[in-house]
Amino acid sequence: MLERIEQIREEGRAAISRASDAAAVEEARVGFLGRKAELTTILRGIGELPPEQRGPVGKTGNEVRRELEGLIDEAKARHERAELDDRLAAEAIDVTLPGTPPVLPGHLHPLTRTRREIEDIFVGLGYRVMEGPEVEHDYYNFTALNYPPGHPARMLQDTFYVDAGSLGPDPALVGSDGEPLTVPPGPRDVLLRTHTSPMQIRGMEEQEPPIFIIVPGRVYRRDSDATHTPMFDQVEGLAVGEDITLADLHGTLLTFARAVFGPDRDVRIRPHFFPFTEPSVEVDVSCFRCGGTGRFENDRCSLCKGTGWLEILGAGMVDPNVFGFVGEHGYDPDRVQGFAFGMGIERIAMLKHGVPDLRMFFDNDVRMLEQFR
Amino acid sequence: MKVPVSWLAAHCDSGLDPERLAERLSMTGTEVERIGIAGAPSPDGFVVGHVVAAEQHPDADRLRVCTVDAGEEETRTIVCGAPNVAAGQTVAVALPGARLGDGTKLRKAKLRGIESAGMILSETEMEIGEESDGIAVLDVDAAPGTPLSEVLAISETVLDLEITPNRPDCLGVYGVAREVHAITGAELGPEPWAEDAEATGEGDVSGLASVSVEVPDLCPRFTGRAFTDVTIGPSPLWLKARLSAAGQRPINNVVDITNYVMLLTGQPLHAFDLDKVPGGEIIVRTAAEGERMTTLDDAERVLDAESVLVCDRNGPTGIAGIMGGQVSEVSDETTSVLLEVATWNGTNILRTSNLLALRSEASTRFEKQLHPDLAMRAQIVASKLMVELCGARLVPGTIDVDNRPASMHPFDLGYHPARSDALLGMDIDPDRAGEYLTRLGFHVHGSAPQEAIAVTVPPDRHFDVIREIDLVEEVARVHGLDEHLPATLPGRGGAIGGLARHQVLLRRVEDLIRDAGLDEAITWSFVDPARGGLAGLDAIEPVVVHNPLSEEQSVMRTDLIGGLLAAAAHNVARGAERVAIFESGRVYLPEKPPPEGGPLGGRFAGIRPSPIAEPHRVAALLIGELTGAGWRRAGRPADFYDAKGLIELIGAGLGVPVAFEPEPRPFLHPGRAATVLAGERPIGWIGEIHPEILGRIDARSGAAFELDAEPLIAAATAGDERYEDVTTHPAVAEDIAVVADSGLGAERIRATIVAAGGVLLGSAKVFDVYEGEQVPDGKRSLALRLEFRAPDRTLTDTEVAEVRAGIVSALEGIGAELRG
Repeated sequence: MLERIEQIREEGRAAISRASDAAAVEEARVGFLGRKAELTTILRGIGELPPEQRGPVGKTGNEVRRELEGLIDEAKARHERAELDDRLAAEAIDVTLPGTPPVLPGHLHPLTRTRREIEDIFVGLGYRVMEGPEVEHDYYNFTALNYPPGHPARMLQDTFYVDAGSLGPDPALVGSDGEPLTVPPGPRDVLLRTHTSPMQIRGMEEQEPPIFIIVPGRVYRRDSDATHTPMFDQVEGLAVGEDITLADLHGTLLTFARAVFGPDRDVRIRPHFFPFTEPSVEVDVSCFRCGGTGRFENDRCSLCKGTGWLEILGAGMVDPNVFGFVGEHGYDPDRVQGFAFGMGIERIAMLKHGVPDLRMFFDNDVRMLEQFR
Repeated sequence: MKVPVSWLAAHCDSGLDPERLAERLSMTGTEVERIGIAGAPSPDGFVVGHVVAAEQHPDADRLRVCTVDAGEEETRTIVCGAPNVAAGQTVAVALPGARLGDGTKLRKAKLRGIESAGMILSETEMEIGEESDGIAVLDVDAAPGTPLSEVLAISETVLDLEITPNRPDCLGVYGVAREVHAITGAELGPEPWAEDAEATGEGDVSGLASVSVEVPDLCPRFTGRAFTDVTIGPSPLWLKARLSAAGQRPINNVVDITNYVMLLTGQPLHAFDLDKVPGGEIIVRTAAEGERMTTLDDAERVLDAESVLVCDRNGPTGIAGIMGGQVSEVSDETTSVLLEVATWNGTNILRTSNLLALRSEASTRFEKQLHPDLAMRAQIVASKLMVELCGARLVPGTIDVDNRPASMHPFDLGYHPARSDALLGMDIDPDRAGEYLTRLGFHVHGSAPQEAIAVTVPPDRHFDVIREIDLVEEVARVHGLDEHLPATLPGRGGAIGGLARHQVLLRRVEDLIRDAGLDEAITWSFVDPARGGLAGLDAIEPVVVHNPLSEEQSVMRTDLIGGLLAAAAHNVARGAERVAIFESGRVYLPEKPPPEGGPLGGRFAGIRPSPIAEPHRVAALLIGELTGAGWRRAGRPADFYDAKGLIELIGAGLGVPVAFEPEPRPFLHPGRAATVLAGERPIGWIGEIHPEILGRIDARSGAAFELDAEPLIAAATAGDERYEDVTTHPAVAEDIAVVADSGLGAERIRATIVAAGGVLLGSAKVFDVYEGEQVPDGKRSLALRLEFRAPDRTLTDTEVAEVRAGIVSALEGIGAELRG
């Protein structure tokens, strides 16, 4: 009997190692360890053996059973793994085909991106961002900004006016003196703001000093050619306190210019004239293409036209006459001082991104828009 | 203002080359737009020559063969076509190699067989005048061979200055010279009006002319001088050269003198032929409404009652300060001249000039308001030239109607160095400040500056420098801002920067739409009232631009979709198949701004409300595929649900529950249009664009929406979240299928379930829709996932079953039933 068991061991070992796939292994399991298998039968009938044989037969039989079970599990795992490998190999794809497109992000308009960049720089410098009306009273656009009556900027050829009859029922209008109109509005009382500067006045009316605000927004002038569009965008800045100086304006704009155009930039300020600032200045930033040398790749720098400088904005110390219009809101011209500046967003976007023509910003050609992330 | 450099140097020679001078001017507030050249590009090759002989060309009737001494060892032979060339003349000669003003390089040339070694020049060829019938005979005593540039500005460098409106003093060469003196320290020549001409005429001007000013407030000063024995003729070459280089065409000596003196002093003048002024009587009055006159340029002008006229007994002879008339114009026959130098009201001149659309050298100066003191300066300079160049005799006396108001009397200002330093953030030595002001023409009182420096403002700066701050600017710019101004940052005084909540959330909305695949457009605020053929978009009467540049941009937009459709048309016309764009911007509505809310709704800072309402909106337009098609997946044109998905995305990003109620609009597909609500509040519309409108822009599909930003963002809960415990007691999820009439809106079913589910129903979402064999005709099945949850316990099956039963009976109430 023991000999037979040893034979089964050898036959089992051989059969399992012969099995070439999982099915053959299963067949071997049934043949050697199944309910009707010879070894199973022997072990089941162990009680009928003579007592002195029971011990050795049981021991050897179980030992062979465990060995074959182990071999079968091992073989089974080996074959299953091989079959998985085969199946995966059959599932190979052409990894060089194009991927499935996700929804690709669209694009913010370059003017929005530039505006946000400017906003963020000044937010970092401690400014708040305000918005103001584009359809505005003469008072805020001109009078309170120290434009004398009859100033050329008020002329029909420069400024867009709005028909008072089209403003809706009973509009609350003020005259150029800022007082409520008691007579029917004239053709020059309501206009499309020509700059964001009216918000200097509105801002100061709302908030006592110290005030640090910037005001981005659309403005309008009656100009249309390669370098002017009748609608464009500005950012106004206003900083007023008790001891804010022209040197502070210089430092602020230097910081701004470096943030926008790079850390190596310089600014230069040239005296100029604006009705609502005194002293007034224009500000240039050193050309970031030629590094301010005026020469680029052995030629005259085309960006700054060889001057080494790019004009970016107008600025100045708020004129005391302007404070006079908001004196009752805490702006005593003898006590407060500060600066204001205004810049064109298109100009900065054109410089930064090399956009050659202002009008492209308003064509909304998606081939242009999609160049900006 | 064109300033010939040699003319400038005659009054103040900075010693700087033109580029350096231009830079210094620019950096102190006088921008140099251009450095140009009048005449030849270079003075090289131009010399003074003497005509030794001039003989008839043997083979050409019109040519002369001249022998010219050009200061060389041998004389030159020059063939000349001018009829006036003659032996003994001193002439301007261009030698071979010289470049003429038009750029041509002169070469030796054979003319009808005779070689010409140079060219004798006419005024036109030298670009100093218009006389081209003959050569220019030089009226100077110069040796042959003398470089021409020593006697005549043959190649003149010209600075083209941009003069800011506050500086009419720099609209005269002497004023610019004073500025150069101030900013460089170079010596300033004597005032050209320091010495008057000798009056050698007979009688007194009062016997020849009289002036009556009826409108003294519009004419603060009117002066007149009379000249007899005037000989009209061409001006000398030096004068022609200066005028030409400054951009003025030489005409005759009297007219040239008025122009020259204006260019020198900044004060315009006008010359009358005194014999054509009946009785010598001049009247200054306003025009009658509709009064007409013919100006020097041969145009008939129609005036209004505020325009000021200079008249004689018979009627207008000129429009004050703008342009003279033909009536008493100086002509070749003129022998006596009345020279008018007046001061006008600048605002009035500007107004009339705009009314007539007529600007002149005179009006551009007068409109900036000149001071009455300038009038006599111009009279004096002109008188000397009249005597010198026209052989005229100055009649003794000056008519001077001086009506200047007290506001035009001289005044003093104080300059406090400490205040100046505190404003500028830069210390300027008080002595230096005093020196700068002196150089600028201010009279500085006293010598040792104490707390304040007292100065008298000169007439040239009377209307510009009126406060201490204006003195500070003068001192600062001459001192040199670029060179000396420190760069510091202001103390904030407790001000806190940052974006406001609405600004942060608006950026979020824009970013969400951008990340969903749309490109941002920026379209015009003013639009075509006919909407470029896209009529029917809306029915709001727009705000009208009074003076538009074109009909296409003549009313303010009342929606954003019009601009987006126009932008889409632009792209479709250029071959784009997919146009997914959005705009975040304002519309302009003819109504009062809202009394509540913030800037997005059109309520802005300031105590005077804005004239109209300007609410901010966000709109999107989807044409073609929104999601990219690839080799595995066919594309599909974006439709209503794609647009709706965008709004739901925005709602989810802001924490705003959005809802949609069917509502047609004229420009939308009638069955695919809805009003969008934030909570209960309508905030805009969504829909597929009407096929008729799509056809007009050549698009086959199009879905869009337009939302008011203020209510959308006001409803946002983003950033205000409170923590809610949803992990301790997990939710129980259950899917149900509801069968109902196809016409019964999904939201109606969902809302019924939510209402019936009560507090224990956490959420209900539609995740599938089925219409087909499994459900009866006219009905459809909606699959919803319900989540049941209680904050304080895990719900039992029994509790869920109770809620579910309530939902089932509520559904039955609206004609819907649970399937299966």
